[in-house]
Amino acid sequence: MEMQTQLLSGNFELSIKNVNNKIVGDEAMQNKYNLENLVISKPEELIFGTAPHPVECGHGLVIGGGQVYPEINFTLPSMTIEEKTWKEVRKQYTTIIEEVCQRAVTLESSGIVVEFELLPPMTINPEWGAEITQILRNTLDDFYEKEGLRSALRVTPVDVRDSERPPRMRSGKFWEKTYQSFEKCAEAGADMLSIESTGGKEVHDEALVHGDLAGLIFALGSLGVRDMGFLWSNIVEISARHDVIPAGDTACGFANTAMVLAEKKMIPRVLAAVDRVASVARTLQGHLEGALGPTKDCAYEGPYIKALTGVPISMEGRTSACAHLSTIGNVAGACCDMWSNESVQNVRLLSANAPVVSLEQLIYDCRLYNTAIAEGKNYSNNYRRLLIESDIHRDPQAYVLDPEVVIKISQKLINCDTPLAMTFKAVKETINIIEKAYQDKELELNKGDVRWLGLLKNQLGNIPKDESSLLERIQSSPLGDKFLPQEYGI
Amino acid sequence: MRLIEELKKAVIKGHANVDAAYPPDMKGQPGVIDLVNKALEENVELKTILNKGLIGGMNIVGEKFSSGEYFVPEMMISAKAMKGGLNLLEPLLVKEPSQKLGTVIMGTVKGDMHDIGKNLVGMMLEGGGFEVIDLGVDVLPEKFVKVASKHPDALIGMSALLTTTMENMRETIELIRENSLDNKIIVGGAPITEKFANEINADGYSNNAGIVVDMAKNLLKIDNK
Repeated sequence: MEMQTQLLSGNFELSIKNVNNKIVGDEAMQNKYNLENLVISKPEELIFGTAPHPVECGHGLVIGGGQVYPEINFTLPSMTIEEKTWKEVRKQYTTIIEEVCQRAVTLESSGIVVEFELLPPMTINPEWGAEITQILRNTLDDFYEKEGLRSALRVTPVDVRDSERPPRMRSGKFWEKTYQSFEKCAEAGADMLSIESTGGKEVHDEALVHGDLAGLIFALGSLGVRDMGFLWSNIVEISARHDVIPAGDTACGFANTAMVLAEKKMIPRVLAAVDRVASVARTLQGHLEGALGPTKDCAYEGPYIKALTGVPISMEGRTSACAHLSTIGNVAGACCDMWSNESVQNVRLLSANAPVVSLEQLIYDCRLYNTAIAEGKNYSNNYRRLLIESDIHRDPQAYVLDPEVVIKISQKLINCDTPLAMTFKAVKETINIIEKAYQDKELELNKGDVRWLGLLKNQLGNIPKDESSLLERIQSSPLGDKFLPQEYGI
Repeated sequence: MRLIEELKKAVIKGHANVDAAYPPDMKGQPGVIDLVNKALEENVELKTILNKGLIGGMNIVGEKFSSGEYFVPEMMISAKAMKGGLNLLEPLLVKEPSQKLGTVIMGTVKGDMHDIGKNLVGMMLEGGGFEVIDLGVDVLPEKFVKVASKHPDALIGMSALLTTTMENMRETIELIRENSLDNKIIVGGAPITEKFANEINADGYSNNAGIVVDMAKNLLKIDNK
């Protein structure tokens, strides 16, 4: 907590000059960024376990301080959450956390991070989310006192603002509930606060299935950034009042939707890869507002955020097969500071309940990471190389997570004046870098992906670059009635 | 007929009209709207324009999607181009017996705001010649019942993305049956399995939007030709 206070008081030196001057959110769309340089500018320094700005949290865990920690996430089996099932809901979480902690002790884990992602009814009823937070907090404290298990609790309210169409982001019942949920979970014992925020998703979803690049850029680089500025200024304020860590966000509702659609062969993988990098300016905005990391596990844009800001990142990969398919299971771990399973339902498997099984897998993966670190630079570099090489030539989504590529693209991003310009630049550079990798036979693409690279390039050349012209174009398209401009400060 | 073949090709390629920039290799060539207008001028039968040109084209688009050649955005573009042509035909079609294959009532169930999957399925069904009544997201069981009672022959399609809302499919189906409605019901969505669909007495399930048109035709006993 001491480190947290220091960071918030201004010793946290992002290489972004204006970070303490609130040049964020709506203002960021008009004001110039003043990015000086990358915090991590060499690919070989973008490595697992170490971040330039580590975060101390919970019972003495230092994230990004030289070790990779497992981050376990779990959810209920299929069941409704209501008054009459609440007793069973409590029992489920009580059982999960006890079993998970016991397994961590048995396997002598050096520490664990537990993430509690609230379900929608638990955010709509903020006291429910707080009640589960309290259960988890108490058990983590007990295991620390009795067994010496070091731990931290990340609590992630659901962005229930997404519960209406068009959504109200800054007013109305759902925003109030989201705010209250953060407040109550912080009070109830969270160490870190996070969210998978959804500002702009109402436009992004539609643009994605239409392959509409202008819509994607507008959703991420304008609406998304504006909402991140608004939302994270509130989360940072709540965090400061309760002395908890404002950790980070994710473009899950955006780029992970793209990833899942790509794996179902509904959209091209190149579009999902472009969308991933296009989400960087949006996620970055939370850190400009004061989020300290670790980023959310499902933020696969994390390596870019780590390079740009130096905050530690949580990542998920092969260990999140319990939640979804991905083709980036190894490379995702190349520079992680926490290693997560995304989420797993509490169902019985042959050996134990699924969260326990997931944690065991995470702990073994982290042992491997930490042994490589302990053995010295050669070992950790070689292990990292294997993680990268085993994925990046098969899929553009993996290719754009190669630290070499991350640094190359990030170097271009820091020269942008505004978040929207950064989003445009991310799209352009990603298309170019994928195209070159394909031509150089560094990357395999199928015919459809090659066709779509051309289509994306063609589209990009015909999109107005300034926000007001882009807004005008979007408002005169079928996307125009999907969002409420005033809810984004427009 | 050559004109209808051209129309079909324009639908397949998603080329809406002569000014449309998409696809780049058809820029400047007549699109769906131009070709439907031409067909009307040449007094081609409405059902030929509709079934062989527009729906025929969309059937090929569906096949290309199922085989992995096309992605959803390409289907969407084709569907939009097809709709442009359909808009020209609709005022004329109302004077003729219905050309629709059947009606499908669709919605994401109570408590769930996810609609990407539902919209895809709706678009496939429309392109396949069905009339789609889209109830939107977070649809209460009572709403499904109310609309189904007005369309007793319609197929009902329900979607859910969350493990915590999929149970609302069961509730909805129970209410539909309690109201003595025997509409056929299909369910889908990321957490849904065939086992779950059977357990809640759904008539059909798929995790693939590409096969939904055939499934609807089978359930509504519509000749596949």
